[in-house]
Amino acid sequence: MRPFRSVRGSVAVLGRADVDTDQIIPKQFLKRIERTGFGEFLFFDWRLDGQGRPRPDFELNARECAGAKILLAGPNFGCGSSREHAAWALQDYGFEVVVAPSFGDIFATNCFKIGLVTIVLPQAVLRTLIESAHGGAVAEVDLERQVIVDPVGREIPFEVDPFRRHCLLNGLDDIARSLEYEQRIAAYEAAHPGRVRTTALSAG
Amino acid sequence: MPKTLLDRIWERHVVAAPDGEPALLFVDLHLIHEVTSPQAFEGLRLAGRTVRRPELSLATMDHNVPTEDGPVTDPLARAQLEALRRNCEEFGIPLFATGHGREGIVHVIGPELGVTQPGMTIVCGDSHTSTHGAFGALAFGVGTSEVEHVLATQCLPQVRPRSMRVRFEGELPPGVTAKDMILGAIGRLGVAGGVGHVLEYTGGAIGALSMENRMTICNMSIEAGARAGMIAPDETTFAYLEGRPAAPTGRAWEQALDDWRGLASDPDAAYDAEFLIDVSGLTPQVTWGTTPEMVVSVTGRVPDPAALTDPDKRLAAERALSYMGLEPGTEMQDISVDRVFIGSCTNARIEDLRAAAAVVAGKRVHDGVRALVVPGSASVKRLAEEEGLDRIFRAAGFEWRRAGCSMCLGMNPDVLADGERCASTSNRNFEGRQGRGGRTHLVSPQLAAATAIAGHFVDPREPAVTP
Repeated sequence: MRPFRSVRGSVAVLGRADVDTDQIIPKQFLKRIERTGFGEFLFFDWRLDGQGRPRPDFELNARECAGAKILLAGPNFGCGSSREHAAWALQDYGFEVVVAPSFGDIFATNCFKIGLVTIVLPQAVLRTLIESAHGGAVAEVDLERQVIVDPVGREIPFEVDPFRRHCLLNGLDDIARSLEYEQRIAAYEAAHPGRVRTTALSAG
Repeated sequence: MPKTLLDRIWERHVVAAPDGEPALLFVDLHLIHEVTSPQAFEGLRLAGRTVRRPELSLATMDHNVPTEDGPVTDPLARAQLEALRRNCEEFGIPLFATGHGREGIVHVIGPELGVTQPGMTIVCGDSHTSTHGAFGALAFGVGTSEVEHVLATQCLPQVRPRSMRVRFEGELPPGVTAKDMILGAIGRLGVAGGVGHVLEYTGGAIGALSMENRMTICNMSIEAGARAGMIAPDETTFAYLEGRPAAPTGRAWEQALDDWRGLASDPDAAYDAEFLIDVSGLTPQVTWGTTPEMVVSVTGRVPDPAALTDPDKRLAAERALSYMGLEPGTEMQDISVDRVFIGSCTNARIEDLRAAAAVVAGKRVHDGVRALVVPGSASVKRLAEEEGLDRIFRAAGFEWRRAGCSMCLGMNPDVLADGERCASTSNRNFEGRQGRGGRTHLVSPQLAAATAIAGHFVDPREPAVTP
């Protein structure tokens, strides 16, 4: 994972509640065995009609949303299915930060694991940010200082889990981090032999 | 200090608890399927790592397998299934592949095989992993990066979730099901009501449920946004497990029982949140919109978004009605369906099929309705056939298929066409979930079966469902 310190870029707004990961990346694109190339399928059924033409009424199809790096979203964004493909698609499409009043738990973790920053802002604060952000306005998200500089220059502080912030700032590989506890894991395994051995079942 | 079931399982599994960081939690069982695992195995290979504990892992093919006889014709699906086979071979993970005889939906076969046991931590790259919580396990869905993490370390860094007690009080009226209990609870709690929490379902109405029904409840915990759902193990749990292929035997069984009997939450344990629902007035439920919280009684009407005070919820309801092609005030029982799907990890176990078969026995699927039964596993299918349920369904005009996730998410050929309306026993009524433009209404197996006969939603408690 590459380190994330800050990003400056234009803002896109998708102010819908309870956007589920089935919308972010529909199931027909989950059959790929690669980790890359999901951006073109982001919000596929919302973005494109049955003939593959852009739907003019979909927020991200507005011309000023082209190239946006910061997505301002509604409450409970990324609820539903655990498909990490949703996070891959947002990142591959070009988003580096998603800001919302709340997130689905698994989705937020998936984003963290790939270095896509999720920021929770209270609804009222997010609303003022959205009001300042129309027309492809540019904002800055600074994870080091924990502030969003909105398009009119106001600084909006945000809270972030200190551990996640540390990992994101340093681009840490958290599997390597867990493996630093090798001795503890081995000791736990020795003390907890467990009751189930799947290999004892007759698989085919 | 009094403890909850969650406290007890959590504390047993902490490998390390570094200051200011998530705890490192040991994973007792890792379930794997074809869709969310290929990139995890590839990540392992790229990093030169291996699978730490293949004997604590179990893989199956479920999401994109066809449910009709014959080969996998979709080249992408075939490549993904082949990738799973190769990965399991390379790393020594037992695979219950199509044709094995015990394959099926991952959340159906785990309990069936007895690998799902009380007190365990269980993860899978699938949000409905919460199903296994019905056995008093801490079971939750994870993403592909976490799948890779568990493959490599058999552990996961986890922040301790908050606890919420969801108490089902009162006696469940006849003809009202576990599916109605959980849909009713989500309707009140909301799709984000459980975020950050593990729900523990308690109360007399839970204790009275079979394991199959408890799994239906825990399965949909994620639809309330929860990390997991769980039910304390009791004699019903033990009776279900005894004699299963992976269940302990002899002295080990007695030891396991002693251990499992000590898991339940103390009566005076404190929870971070409480939620109470009285089931004595509960009725059969049907969703009307595009999230599981958009639900009403089958005896009710499509609600009017204008009556909602929260602007986000009002906008969502308006969008949902437009997508669903419904008008506010319409009687739910006046809504006709094109398709009926009985299946999924929510409602495709043997009891679900028995309940649906009892409704359709001797009747005919309504003209113009296409109805499908997809057993949750090859074992469920076999048992149902031994009991003659397949003949009942076929005689009534249902299609009887092979096991798989099927039309719950439509990754295989079982999908709705644009605009088709479906009564479905699955867990998600999201836009396009069962096929682009498809309109999904979540219901119990009994209500789905009665709807197939009547051609429109109908109260399964009423005897007059003959056409």
